[in-house]
Amino acid sequence: MKKIIIALILSFVASCLFAQDAIMIIKRVDDNMISKTQIVESQMLIYGRRKTRTVVSKSYTEGKDKSFTEYLSPAREKGTKMLKLKDRLWIYSPSTDRTIQLSGHMLRQSVMGSDLSYEDMMEDREMTDMYSAEVVGEEIIDGRKTWILELKAKVDDVAYYSRKIWVDTERYVPLKEELFAKSGQLLKRVSLTDITKVDGRWYPQKMNYKDVLKTGKGTDFIIIDIQFNTKIPTYIFNKASLRK
Amino acid sequence: MIKFIFKAIIRDKNRSLLPVIIISIGVFLTIALSGYLNGVLGDMVDQTARFDTGHMKIMSKAYAENKDQIPNDLALMGVGEITESLKKDYPNYRWVNRIRFGGLIDAPNSMGGSKGQGPASGIAIDLFSSSGDEVNRMNIKNALVDGALPTKSMEILIGHEFAKKMALNIGDEITYMGTTMNGSMCFGSFTISGTLSFGVVAMDKGMIIADISDVRRLLDMDDAAGEILGFSRDEHYYDEKVALVEKAFNEKYLDSKDEFAPIMLRLKEQNNMGSYLDYVNSFSSLFVIIFVIVMSIVLWNTGLIGGLRRYKEFGIRLALGEDKGHIFRSLIYEATLIGIIGSIVGTLLGVIFTFYLQTHGIDISDMTTDATMMMSTVLRSKFTPKLLYIGFIPGVFAMVLGNMLSGLGIYKRETATLFKELEV
Repeated sequence: MKKIIIALILSFVASCLFAQDAIMIIKRVDDNMISKTQIVESQMLIYGRRKTRTVVSKSYTEGKDKSFTEYLSPAREKGTKMLKLKDRLWIYSPSTDRTIQLSGHMLRQSVMGSDLSYEDMMEDREMTDMYSAEVVGEEIIDGRKTWILELKAKVDDVAYYSRKIWVDTERYVPLKEELFAKSGQLLKRVSLTDITKVDGRWYPQKMNYKDVLKTGKGTDFIIIDIQFNTKIPTYIFNKASLRK
Repeated sequence: MIKFIFKAIIRDKNRSLLPVIIISIGVFLTIALSGYLNGVLGDMVDQTARFDTGHMKIMSKAYAENKDQIPNDLALMGVGEITESLKKDYPNYRWVNRIRFGGLIDAPNSMGGSKGQGPASGIAIDLFSSSGDEVNRMNIKNALVDGALPTKSMEILIGHEFAKKMALNIGDEITYMGTTMNGSMCFGSFTISGTLSFGVVAMDKGMIIADISDVRRLLDMDDAAGEILGFSRDEHYYDEKVALVEKAFNEKYLDSKDEFAPIMLRLKEQNNMGSYLDYVNSFSSLFVIIFVIVMSIVLWNTGLIGGLRRYKEFGIRLALGEDKGHIFRSLIYEATLIGIIGSIVGTLLGVIFTFYLQTHGIDISDMTTDATMMMSTVLRSKFTPKLLYIGFIPGVFAMVLGNMLSGLGIYKRETATLFKELEV
């Protein structure tokens, strides 16, 4: 009887330690991926069944609540802007000179025909705020040792109820992610590559998003330039800046 | 002879009234139900053909695989040439281009913000053609509740319920937000020229109809279309003929490995319409069979009762030397006449009822407020020439069959025992 109790206590302590480890790991991942501010110039390569499109944009992010994106090319997209303030998203169209707020199921729609949804674009919160984590195994990806973590949502307003992430054990950067719905259905796969050190933190320069419900090669999100913790003027995160 | 039997039927109402009433009711029910089914089920087929499937539809193979998602990025290209070749090769059909599209409709307020938003399901058709084929086919003029048809570019028609929900009026401007054929985000400002009510809940709640040229510009679909629809010139669907066209067209692209090569599907192969059409066709036959069986049993029984009541009459006629066959035949003539009278009355009542329901219909809008399927909110019967005989022939046949069965008793009468039976 004593042995059983000791075994139970040990397994409980072990699971607590593993959970602690998992939380520590995603905290380190957040430290790498999230900063007070970010200014990112990026290009999206959207692989369609007929042709591939390239969309270039510049985004400004401050904390988890404020984000502003301006599309720079191609000509069809140039001048389109998006502003996120907390859980609200506005889109400005230069062709109609109108600002439209998106809400509800529209946020799950694809951005510019890519494999990313508006919700994906809006998600700037730290993973430790949204998910509880557990280490479930280890795997080698592209010659790098990774921990496999299973994340389950601990808040209601998340785009994906659970995630499985493969975190580089040395650089604390995810190399692969699988995003699931509450039903357990796999919705998207993300692979993160070209990990380089920028301003003292490891950061993936290329991310391939693959909506598993769509055919095709997915969408590459490639970072052209990224700045961390640069001061962003407050007027950027204002509705008036959409029409400027 | 007929005159003699007719007089007998008129004078002896006990002999004819009950069978005439039974036949009339049976024929009436057969016609009324067949007409109702023709109307309701046929209406759904017609609505589906006019608004969605056509009598045949041409799409790219890739589009056809995911057509429920309206994947305009996989739409047919070079549709001008394809349409011209279809017009030349199959002149008995009318060929039209359509684009289905989805998106968000946003109504601006006076401050430039939004006063309302809603998801919209759009159909782009040729609104400005001189023939007005598509406008007539979709019955747009009759469906117009307010305003008028678009007369210039970037004018749009919107579901009446949709407009009410968003507090939109004629002349108001709305912004459409959607995705181009290439996946780009697109915005377009339209002016509402009219509101429509098709009596189809799914459409009235979120539909917009725009001219195909405007939508082509908006969605970057120059010389492209999601669908090319074919309709027979009399707007009726003939499956065998359409199947021949389909076979000939698809054979041209049979060996093509191009996923964007065109493919034709006939109405019966879309939206599970095949089993539905078979169901519609078999239903009328089923009614007639059930009617003949049930009526024969009822009239057999009625004939037997009549036979019992006329037991003495047949006995006297046999005693007077009338041939059994002659009596049986006169009974059948009588039944035929009664069957004809009952069937005429039943057919008349059935046709009147069908015309009434065809004109006025049954309004079920209260029951379909949350329905999302494409069904009319007014259920109507439909008169077809078939109704003139679908009840009439079985009505006469059932009466004759019933009397033949009950009349067999005449042959079992023994002349030797007649006088004893008649207590003479």
